[in-house]
Amino acid sequence: MAVDLPDNVLITKLEAIVNWCRKNSLWPMPFATACCGIELMAAGASRHDIARFGAEVFRFSPRQCDLMIVAGRVVMKMMPVLQRIWQQMHEPKWCISMGACASTGGVFDTYSVVQGIDRFIPVDMYVPGCPPRPEQLLQAILDLQEKIQREGTLLGREFDDPKRQLPVRALQEIPADRQELSAGKR
Amino acid sequence: MSDELHRVVARLCEVFGPLRWSEFQGQTRVVIPREHLFAALKLLKEELGFDMLIDVTCVDYLYYPRPPAEGRFGLVYSLLDTKRNLRVFVRTFLNLPDLEVPSVVPLWEAANWLERELYDMFGIKFTGHPDLRRILLPEGVVDHPLRKDYPLQGRGERHNLPVITRAEG
Repeated sequence: MAVDLPDNVLITKLEAIVNWCRKNSLWPMPFATACCGIELMAAGASRHDIARFGAEVFRFSPRQCDLMIVAGRVVMKMMPVLQRIWQQMHEPKWCISMGACASTGGVFDTYSVVQGIDRFIPVDMYVPGCPPRPEQLLQAILDLQEKIQREGTLLGREFDDPKRQLPVRALQEIPADRQELSAGKR
Repeated sequence: MSDELHRVVARLCEVFGPLRWSEFQGQTRVVIPREHLFAALKLLKEELGFDMLIDVTCVDYLYYPRPPAEGRFGLVYSLLDTKRNLRVFVRTFLNLPDLEVPSVVPLWEAANWLERELYDMFGIKFTGHPDLRRILLPEGVVDHPLRKDYPLQGRGERHNLPVITRAEG
């Protein structure tokens, strides 16, 4: 069956065009708790201009966002808040862990700071640096866009992958001698 | 040390017996036994004119090269006389397991949150405090992290937070 299509009609797969739409309009939720938040603001401002990649609409309501950028250290008292905000965001949603503190706890290896948010919520992309340059954050968004285009599905089936359900451990566990020290206290 | 401060220390020694006191870089420290603590602070406020409580804090001398003989925790009250511009530091020492001292909230309202912080971080119990709860750490924490025997590294209290996977998100 031959169909005569005019020149201005392109043919693609539905999933490919859905992914294309999704990746080019990521709406970030800025969860900025520390100095990484300043770099996040710089990435959103005119010099680095996150709008070039379609992610300029920062929303302060999780119900309007699909990309959570955790910028800065998270203390254990803040973790339930972070988890609540993550759960309030609509699917499909992604998470960028920006900077050393959000990814591993950074230098704050103390009683109160969470040693990597990926122990408690799923993370798609890590940005190293203390704090990362805005270019690094932009690269993370570009990489996330590539990831969405590559593996995204219409109904978000890629999130059901059992490998993505495993809690990732960003930091290795405490050595045995130190464990005794902390266990002896309890 | 000014004559006025000398008179303050002399008056304290007159009422509570010979007290250990010292001066370093213009700061006057008086060590008061805990059984006289409230009475001494009351005297300082009502008779000697120290009308402002600047701070209440604590030092844990565990692992200290020369720890004080009286006890492991050194409680510090920083007082100010706003009329004569005099400052005095009142110290008292406590040891486990008896970490109870009378609250000074009846004397200075400012002590309320300061004492709550000490309870939070060191576990010192202030008897007679109107609302002795943790002030900084979340509910459910059982330990007192500014004590020197609290582990610097380790799981801390973080292990009992729930983990959210993709499916639960």
